[in-house]
Amino acid sequence: MAASKEMTDQSRRSFVKQTAAGAAAMSVVPGVILYDVARAARDPGDAVTDRTRWGMLIDANKCVDGCTDCVTACHEENGVHQLGRPATDAQWIRKVHLRDKQTGREYGIPVMCQHCEHPPCVDVCPTGSSFKRADGIVLVDKHICIGCRYCMMACPYKARSFIHEDVTGQAVHAPRGKGTVESCTFCIHKVDAGEGTTACVQACQHDALVFGDLNDPDSRISRELAKYPSRQLRADLRLNLGVRYRNI
Amino acid sequence: MKPVNFTQIEGKSFGYWALLGVLGAITLTGFVAAMYMEHHGHYVTGMTNQIVWGMPHVFAVYLIIAASGALNIASIASVFGKAAYEPLAPLSALLAIALLTGGLVVLILDLGRPDRLIIAMTYWNLKSIFAWNQLLYNGFFVIVILYIWFMMEKRMRKYSKVAGMIAFIWRLILTTGTGSIFGFLVARQSYDAAIMAPMFIMMSFVAGLAIYILVLMIAYSWTGRELGDSVLRRLKNLLAVFISAVLYFVLVYHLTNLYAAEHHGIEAFILLGKNGGSQYSSIFWGLQILIGSVVPTIILFSSLSSQRLMIGIASALAVLGGLAQMYVIIIGGQAYPLDIFPGMEIVNSGFMDGMSVAYSTSLPEIILGAGMGFGVALIMVVIGISVLRFLPQSLADEIVDPHYVAKASS
Repeated sequence: MAASKEMTDQSRRSFVKQTAAGAAAMSVVPGVILYDVARAARDPGDAVTDRTRWGMLIDANKCVDGCTDCVTACHEENGVHQLGRPATDAQWIRKVHLRDKQTGREYGIPVMCQHCEHPPCVDVCPTGSSFKRADGIVLVDKHICIGCRYCMMACPYKARSFIHEDVTGQAVHAPRGKGTVESCTFCIHKVDAGEGTTACVQACQHDALVFGDLNDPDSRISRELAKYPSRQLRADLRLNLGVRYRNI
Repeated sequence: MKPVNFTQIEGKSFGYWALLGVLGAITLTGFVAAMYMEHHGHYVTGMTNQIVWGMPHVFAVYLIIAASGALNIASIASVFGKAAYEPLAPLSALLAIALLTGGLVVLILDLGRPDRLIIAMTYWNLKSIFAWNQLLYNGFFVIVILYIWFMMEKRMRKYSKVAGMIAFIWRLILTTGTGSIFGFLVARQSYDAAIMAPMFIMMSFVAGLAIYILVLMIAYSWTGRELGDSVLRRLKNLLAVFISAVLYFVLVYHLTNLYAAEHHGIEAFILLGKNGGSQYSSIFWGLQILIGSVVPTIILFSSLSSQRLMIGIASALAVLGGLAQMYVIIIGGQAYPLDIFPGMEIVNSGFMDGMSVAYSTSLPEIILGAGMGFGVALIMVVIGISVLRFLPQSLADEIVDPHYVAKASS
């Protein structure tokens, strides 16, 4: 009887142990799996989903005056070469130095495509060449862009460039073509390869740029946005931007 | 009123072929200019990443609104039942098709990739006003061609009033679409205004009528057909009213902007030439308002307009004023910097933020816009009136004027 009681207790104990382990696994594994899905390279055959929304947080206080590492890195990464014609050369990202008219406070920030949730460029594009990916990245399909430049008229951030002349030295992952429009892609080739970062973020030595998933509450960008105040450029337009600024 | 007899022009004279030759040469030059721009890329033009739409758009959009305005003369007969305008209707419809074709050719050749026209026709983003406009322009061609057919074919004439009515409604929607290209742009300070659509409709009335008067006077003078004072008097008075109406819209647009502190920058830029806007303020006050609106209105309302030459000059000035207005709207609107950082002064920028970028147009742009645009349109008119019966044999007063009383009997 005693022996059988002992056996029962042991089986009960192992049941409890296994259940606990199972429950623990059940609660941890999905997180691990989700984390891995977000970070892992996306199979080219898999559709992009809106479970992720890529965004960037830029801290004006950390951005150093005169430093243009992010600009150089972006243009090198994406094969955007300057031809010494500032009015027509393409700019995917630029540094803007500002002074408050009232207080005199000065700061500099990089400005690029703000990857709006409601992008005006996508609204006006006649062919649908301007489009927003499910994960929030706004892109130009170079194959169906007719070069009408209506998107450039519509963009409130001057984020887009028209290719005014023949291009050379293109990067394989960033095709460009004379007569079409282009802009920051949030380095989709890196994002899709699972790197979870962009060339400008990697180049910034001052930790002024943070890239990540706005939908993941545990990502650094989400945690910082939740904790500190941030602003959107032209927030009055209600475009719900993917790029946010601190200390502007 | 006597019955109106429509006939083709002979189209065999030296003058006819010389005119076609000159227009053909101008059009060809425009095409070469377009190929030059396509070959080298748009950097050879005055257009930049800030002034993305240049002179070709000024001409193209002007021609497109002029097209719908030219049809207005036919609408006065068909929709508003004015008998005196009935003999003028076929030419009005022909001019509408011709001007629209000219405008669209310029628009297409100025694309970064005009070779991808087929893509524009097969890929549709129905939220885009450009996409709507493609439907509206194509629909306009179909409706106006049917309208011409109904007017010219005796058996179908009973439907011409209905067709005229549909064409009138369609053209109002079409110009609303053209004005909304700018009216719906929230990003820029000088656009984003609902008044753009009705203002463009009124601008189209002026553009279409002024070009119509010029084409009518030249066609009748060169073919030796009679053009009575009665027709011209009606048209010139109407033109003066339309020009005044455009001035009213311009006034309301600027007054609305001047009331809001948000828009003081753009108003100082366009009206006073502040912050690098002197080019646009001179064109606004000098060409658009003074030479293009006030002077022709004075000519047309005064006794000066008893001379035909003065009516022609006033019409030509109205065209110039309309082009100037389009320049100020399209180029001036882009030259004023985007207000990305309200309340902030831009110390420096890697992409010319906060600065008004000077625009100096280039020769290829003007040749493409003016040469190709007006060239194609006028060739269509010249060939059109020589193969089909668009022009009344005579527009003498006793034929056109329903209230005509022979001088002998009065």
